[in-house]
Amino acid sequence: MEMKPLTRVVLGLVCLLVAIWLVAPTLVVVPMSFNENKSLAFPPQGFSWQWYQNFVTNPDWSNSFLNSLKVASIVAVLATVLGTLAAFGLDRMKARPANLLRMLMLTPMVVPGVVLAIGIYAVYLDTRLVGTLLGFVLAHTILALPFVLIAVSANLEVFDRRLETAAASLGANALTTFRTVTLPLIAPGLLSGLLFAFATSFDEIVVSLFITNPYLKTLPVQIFASITRDADPTVAAVGTILLFATTILIGSGMLLLGRERKGRQ
Amino acid sequence: MLALPALVLLLAVIGYPLLTIILRSLSEPEWGLQNYIWFFSMPINLTVLQRTFVISTWVTLVCVVSAYPYAYLMTAVGPRVRLVLMLCVLIPFWVSGVVRTLSWVILLQDSGVINSILRSLGLGGVRLIRTQTGVVIGMAQVLLPFMILPLYSVMKGIDLRLMRAAQSLGARPSRAFFTIYLPLSLPGVYAGAIIVFILALGFYITPALLGGPRSTMLSTLVQTQVLSLLQWGRGGAMGVVLLVTTFVLLALAAPVMRSRYREAERR
Amino acid sequence: MNPGQESRGNPGQESRGAAIDLKSISKAYGSFKALDGVSLHIKAGEFMTLLGPSGSGKTTTLNVVAGFTEASSGALEVGGKSVVGVPAHKRNIGVVFQHYALFPHMTVSRNVAYPLALRGVAGAERERRVGQALDMVKMADFGHRFPSELSGGQQQRVALARAIVFDPPLLLMDEPLGALDKKLREWLQLEIKRIHRELGTTFVYVTHDQEEALVLSDRIAVFNRGRIEQIGTGRELYDEPATLFVGKFIGDSTVLRGAAATSGGETAIDIAGQKVATVKRLANGGRPVMLLRPEKLALARRGVGGDGRNRLTGRIGEAIYLGSGSKYEVDLADGSKAIVRSTLEADSFAIGDEVDVLFAGADVKLLADDDKADLTLT
Repeated sequence: MEMKPLTRVVLGLVCLLVAIWLVAPTLVVVPMSFNENKSLAFPPQGFSWQWYQNFVTNPDWSNSFLNSLKVASIVAVLATVLGTLAAFGLDRMKARPANLLRMLMLTPMVVPGVVLAIGIYAVYLDTRLVGTLLGFVLAHTILALPFVLIAVSANLEVFDRRLETAAASLGANALTTFRTVTLPLIAPGLLSGLLFAFATSFDEIVVSLFITNPYLKTLPVQIFASITRDADPTVAAVGTILLFATTILIGSGMLLLGRERKGRQ
Repeated sequence: MLALPALVLLLAVIGYPLLTIILRSLSEPEWGLQNYIWFFSMPINLTVLQRTFVISTWVTLVCVVSAYPYAYLMTAVGPRVRLVLMLCVLIPFWVSGVVRTLSWVILLQDSGVINSILRSLGLGGVRLIRTQTGVVIGMAQVLLPFMILPLYSVMKGIDLRLMRAAQSLGARPSRAFFTIYLPLSLPGVYAGAIIVFILALGFYITPALLGGPRSTMLSTLVQTQVLSLLQWGRGGAMGVVLLVTTFVLLALAAPVMRSRYREAERR
Repeated sequence: MNPGQESRGNPGQESRGAAIDLKSISKAYGSFKALDGVSLHIKAGEFMTLLGPSGSGKTTTLNVVAGFTEASSGALEVGGKSVVGVPAHKRNIGVVFQHYALFPHMTVSRNVAYPLALRGVAGAERERRVGQALDMVKMADFGHRFPSELSGGQQQRVALARAIVFDPPLLLMDEPLGALDKKLREWLQLEIKRIHRELGTTFVYVTHDQEEALVLSDRIAVFNRGRIEQIGTGRELYDEPATLFVGKFIGDSTVLRGAAATSGGETAIDIAGQKVATVKRLANGGRPVMLLRPEKLALARRGVGGDGRNRLTGRIGEAIYLGSGSKYEVDLADGSKAIVRSTLEADSFAIGDEVDVLFAGADVKLLADDDKADLTLT
């Protein structure tokens, strides 16, 4: 569609505003993290690394960070295994029951967080799972499962099942076929599922707020507590660290992906 | 049955807790519908319920209006600009949701970025934090990607040759847009709007941190009943209301989205 | 609509078609010239086909006429009026696209009614004209269907109905049958011919399929590299190709390269020591190129017969049975290939047979050697 120049300019401006609206909140934590005063007022005053120091030395922060890392790593592996198995199971089932089960497995995405949270909290109170690693892992895994299922299913949908038949006709047994044909071809879906699961767990807050206790806190819980308690710029430092960590991670991932694509061509 | 382990976990960690909540809403302190009668007879509850819907509607509207031109631009530009635009949509996901809400506190507070800019322009301050406007701005930003992505994927699939065809048949570009492009993009609008609205209904963190007493949403009320007042029955009843609303909306939306072309035709 | 109207070759006064005049149209994309001085006059009511390989400029020409693309330079008149700078939606030209371009959210009837609605035609009149257009393409029973419920051929007929329902004086068709299978294509070609006869509208048809062009057209403009190589009826293009490109693009052909020897006022052309033709003057003075149509060639066993015709030795490289006869590819001594068609059951040859290719000097079509004439067919 050819647009008139005026339409073009207006559209561009609107989109620029939307882009700023999307990105600005992500970046505003960076200057705040170097604030000299214990305040979140804008603009920040002076320059100091003290909030980064506080993040490393204050056990409230460092422990919750390590807890989140631990929980998210376990959840990523567990959810990817369960989600991939489920995706394969559904792929090989008749359409009607498969669709029904798929919808069921996606419910964690649409159930309002707080409703789920009080439910899990109630059950955890009875089973003494509040504030335990197992409790966090179970809750986060079920929340991460839909993302793995979606990612792997999308990959399976475009996966040509005849390739497995072809491999079998060439003399590969079931395990060899899976290892040499199926797995490499669904690897992108698996990998993005793994990443999504890790991010979901690392970021989860609503359920975590309910099943946490003073002995086991995750990072988002600590951040939430800090924001509601006082104006502590350590939060901004944490946000900045996370921002740079993800940027480096995603950046290197995209570079790797780009290089692999070039290599294949 | 490869899906079995996931299914078992699902029933244990989602099914059983939800069942517990439903039972408690009907049985505490004694069996009966008392908690639901209480919920629908207390004006404050109804006010919050109504407010939850109003805020969610506003958030959805803001998302549709800002996502539509954005997603359209993504289909109209070259691959490089498209990548930048896509990154802008995805960057918010890079940072923890809680941190993002913190950013909105920094931006919206009385001594925040927006008010600093307004004051330096001589426009005077605006109260944003702890207001509904602030909550809507913050929630819409968090939910905007869920509107842009389905909209973009639908728009990407629209055959632009149809616009040429419409013009050859005598349609002005604006007429071609409203009779061809807009109806064809509506499925994306529906899909995005339903996702955004449903997610907005259950929002907890953003209203809790950005809102004030006059912008409390249903989720906060549930949390107060359970954690502060230990009223499991009442909190449960509220939760069930929220849950049922969500699933009723989903059920209503499904057929609309499936028969979208016939719908568009009837109008 | 006026059935039975005579439009072929000689459009009468009452013709509904518009004449089109393209005057040295050029279109450049950066340094690439998609069109390089295209001039073409299309008579009112004529069926003109723009024929050429992909990238030859035929579709760009169509887009310029339709108003989808603005020419870099040149003049364009439709019905005697300049349409340079007129936007597509004001040109009142029907366009049929290769991929149908039916609106997927509208029924067949709504699709066909769309241009009428834009022109303020409403109510019973609109319904009548929609019905009439659908009748013409034999799709009257499908009005309530959605495009996704139709086959490719049906969709294209609806697209045709939509493009003619508002009585445009000019209909442009961009490879409308390109996505359909052979049988359906042949049947729709005849349908399009019939509709052209009944409407009397000027048709401009783009295709890369020379057979289709021969079936449909009053005249054909052959495009190559952004230029028109030749304009003429199918017979003219086949019998009297102006360039080697046209000769090779339309129909099968045998191309022979010989040596020229001028003595006195005449130039004799030699192939393998035989004088095969004499001409007064040789174009560009280069190596002469001779073009022979397959039916002008005959095959004989080595050294048999001959009756004074030219004779080239070769060996059968490929023999294809076509039902109505056979087609042979003969590898000639100088490395070139001759294509011979025979209808007689008697002279049947097998691959590897040593044969002579016979032809009369008068049937040789002498052309300038155009080294740009490499064919890139798609």
